[in-house]
Amino acid sequence: MKIQLRYFASIREDLGLAAEELDCHASNAAGLLAELRARGGAYAQALAEGRPVRVAINQVMARTDTPLSEGAEVGLFPPVTGG
Amino acid sequence: MARVRIQTEDFDVGAELASLRAGDLRVGAVCSFVGTVRDTRAITGAAADEIRSMELEHYPGMTEKAIEAMIDEAHQRFDFYEARIIHRIGLLQPADQIVFVAVTSAHRGESFKACEFLMDYLKTQAPFWKKEQTPQGAQWVDARVSDDAALARWGIEANNA
Repeated sequence: MKIQLRYFASIREDLGLAAEELDCHASNAAGLLAELRARGGAYAQALAEGRPVRVAINQVMARTDTPLSEGAEVGLFPPVTGG
Repeated sequence: MARVRIQTEDFDVGAELASLRAGDLRVGAVCSFVGTVRDTRAITGAAADEIRSMELEHYPGMTEKAIEAMIDEAHQRFDFYEARIIHRIGLLQPADQIVFVAVTSAHRGESFKACEFLMDYLKTQAPFWKKEQTPQGAQWVDARVSDDAALARWGIEANNA
């Protein structure tokens, strides 16, 4: 299924990319992260297992087991630090 | 006036407080919080701790929705009238204002609680990121476990830091 990826903060910087479309085979965010990591290079580094990556699906905070759906906007970012 | 504003411009706390309760004769209490850019060197005295400036990034669209939902949740929990949250983005200097939360209610207890709840919620669930310019170069600020603990007091799991 096609999803719209958006990257923020340190993840955006490490990937050198703010957004991309992906034809994704994963059914949830954990699977998506594994799929992106498997690309290697900057993806493997920016989304490495030990690094805290937070996920939003359609602009709502999600868990890694939240299912993905066709056309979803998926935001990937480090823990938030506003306020 | 919108309940949530994300902006690069500064805000006038007095003017915001006045407009939040303008003409509302039910109000007997106004509680507010202002977060500002701290230069840690002014606390520790260590040159390495200097914060020269701070850049704030956010997730446009999600930020506004997330904070609107927080205010709705606060209304479920506390008996208050109005709330307003302003958060600045972009480049900020030490002593600059970053965030404003204000709540009106009939009596002080509810606005104190709602204000603290909203701030605790925002710290771990609103998609903002701070990058500090220090003598060692630019550094993304790390999330604090203590902020997750602050939200846990309200019975909400943060899962952020």
